[in-house]
Amino acid sequence: MVWYTILIQQIINGLALGSVYALIALGYTMVYGIIKLINFAHGEIYMLGAYFGFFALTIFNLPLIPAMLISMLLAAIIGMGIERIAYRPLRNAPRIAALITAIGASLLIQSVAQLTFGASFRPFPQVIPFQRIQVGPIFLTNRQLIMFGVAILLMVLLHLIVHYTKIGKAMRAVSMDKEAALLMGIDVDKVISFTFAVGSALAAAGGILVGMYYNRIDPYMGIMPGLKAFVAAVLGGIGVIPGAVLGGFLMGTAENLVVAFGSSTYRDAVAFAVLILVLLLRPSGLLGKRQNEKV
Amino acid sequence: MAILEVKELHVHYGVIHALKGISFSVQQGEIVTLIGANGAGKTTTLRTISGLNQKTSGSIVFRGQDISRLAPHKIVAQGVGQVPEGRRVFPQLTVEDNLGLGAYLRKNKKEIQRDLNRVFELFPRLKERRRQTAGSLSGGEQQMLAMGRGLMSRPAVLLLDEPSMGLAPMLVREIFSIIQEINEGGTTILLVEQNAHLSLEISSRAYVLETGTVALDGSSKELLQDPRIRQAYLGA
Ligand SMILES: Nc1ncnc2c1ncn2[C@@H]1O[C@H](COP(=O)(O)OP(=O)(O)OP(=O)(O)O)[C@@H](O)[C@H]1O
Ligand SMILES: [Mg+2]
Repeated sequence: MVWYTILIQQIINGLALGSVYALIALGYTMVYGIIKLINFAHGEIYMLGAYFGFFALTIFNLPLIPAMLISMLLAAIIGMGIERIAYRPLRNAPRIAALITAIGASLLIQSVAQLTFGASFRPFPQVIPFQRIQVGPIFLTNRQLIMFGVAILLMVLLHLIVHYTKIGKAMRAVSMDKEAALLMGIDVDKVISFTFAVGSALAAAGGILVGMYYNRIDPYMGIMPGLKAFVAAVLGGIGVIPGAVLGGFLMGTAENLVVAFGSSTYRDAVAFAVLILVLLLRPSGLLGKRQNEKV
Repeated sequence: MAILEVKELHVHYGVIHALKGISFSVQQGEIVTLIGANGAGKTTTLRTISGLNQKTSGSIVFRGQDISRLAPHKIVAQGVGQVPEGRRVFPQLTVEDNLGLGAYLRKNKKEIQRDLNRVFELFPRLKERRRQTAGSLSGGEQQMLAMGRGLMSRPAVLLLDEPSMGLAPMLVREIFSIIQEINEGGTTILLVEQNAHLSLEISSRAYVLETGTVALDGSSKELLQDPRIRQAYLGA
């Protein structure tokens, strides 16, 4: 293959994978936007989502879409539960306390998942028969298309919620000024709960999509994608919703290009390199917050 | 009976004793002014009424019910609104969305629309800029937006914290006349101001705060003539 075909091919693969990074990154960024917390347990929600989907598909024999919806719902409930139990009591504590708690929650969920689901990987059921699609010299798979399509659909849905519904506007208001939001009569606790629910549901969908894509799930599957999505959120500008989407696609693409033109040993190193570069060159991220408040 | 009655209110910030047992009342339909120097405790008083700060002791009775332990959003639901110090509009939201959030607890779309029209009548500039983000407004326009937003919850009592701060003299007069207009529309007002002259002119009664205590109170007419007030707050 000539180099530019490889380039195009890898960009396409990168966009497909990146769409899932974007889904996960949205949860990081929304939670950060609203309570200034890096929710390190978010990757574990993604992992749980994959398992919920797995059980819905295998034990309950549900079709893909209901399985995904149920997994998203369960993940939403768990996300709200974590916020309620682990983070809410620390909301006025120093930030480091909540951060350490988040890391603890992440490790706890991993261990519990390992105990209940077993440490070894499970093959994800092949609900959709594998198909290769050729467009000129470029190859696509139907799974990539589904992954990309579902991710984009969910992002559009999120956009509509955040911009056009009452609760979405309340979310944005709370992220801009919590006290002013309270003075509007907004129940800030409820809005924060809702934010965790939405972020967790998106991560769960991502977990299922990736389970289908790689054919396997395991209790540690949340660690690397969680980290990469976190970097994606920082790259785009943490707290900025479109930034998470942009960051996710860039991360997915960068990773695939490095693997194609460099070496697959660097697959996971890309994330760290990007993180260091962003922190050095543009800590507020690509679409980082403009300060346009007048006082 | 007073619509709002604050009794022996104490508030601390850590070891700082910001309010040292202040008491005052607001009658239905009145404009009452709190004046006082920087750091006297005016903002603390309004924040505590809205539930943003917690009292150490004392009571805040609104329409016969002690609201001092309610969550801030519940206090709004009871009918106490606040336009906070420094405007605090939502900068990345449009003027329209800011006003819409003011009506967050209300359901009746028709009535909300009617109140929106009323806000646009009071502040025609907001109507022209309804699709602009609040952050792109001038300071004076942001103050108008903050006041309009405060009205959108249809409060029985509206707490206003230094609405004239940082505004040009022309605009200050305009804001004060709008406060009167809002009051004539049936909204009771508790006004905190540095501009003692204008606020005493439009209010019926006033309380003077000095380092967390009520130093003086009376009808605004009397206070305008009081030599102590004239010297300390009216620069005469
Ligand atoms: N968050 C806080 N932490 C500690 N002390 C505070 C805090 N907010 C206010 N104070 C203190 O409480 C006292 C009252 O402050 P407050 O803001 O209520 O005054 P104010 O009358 O509104 O003043 P200004 O006219 O400057 O707005 C001051 O001594 C202030 O330093
Ligand atoms: Mg003040």
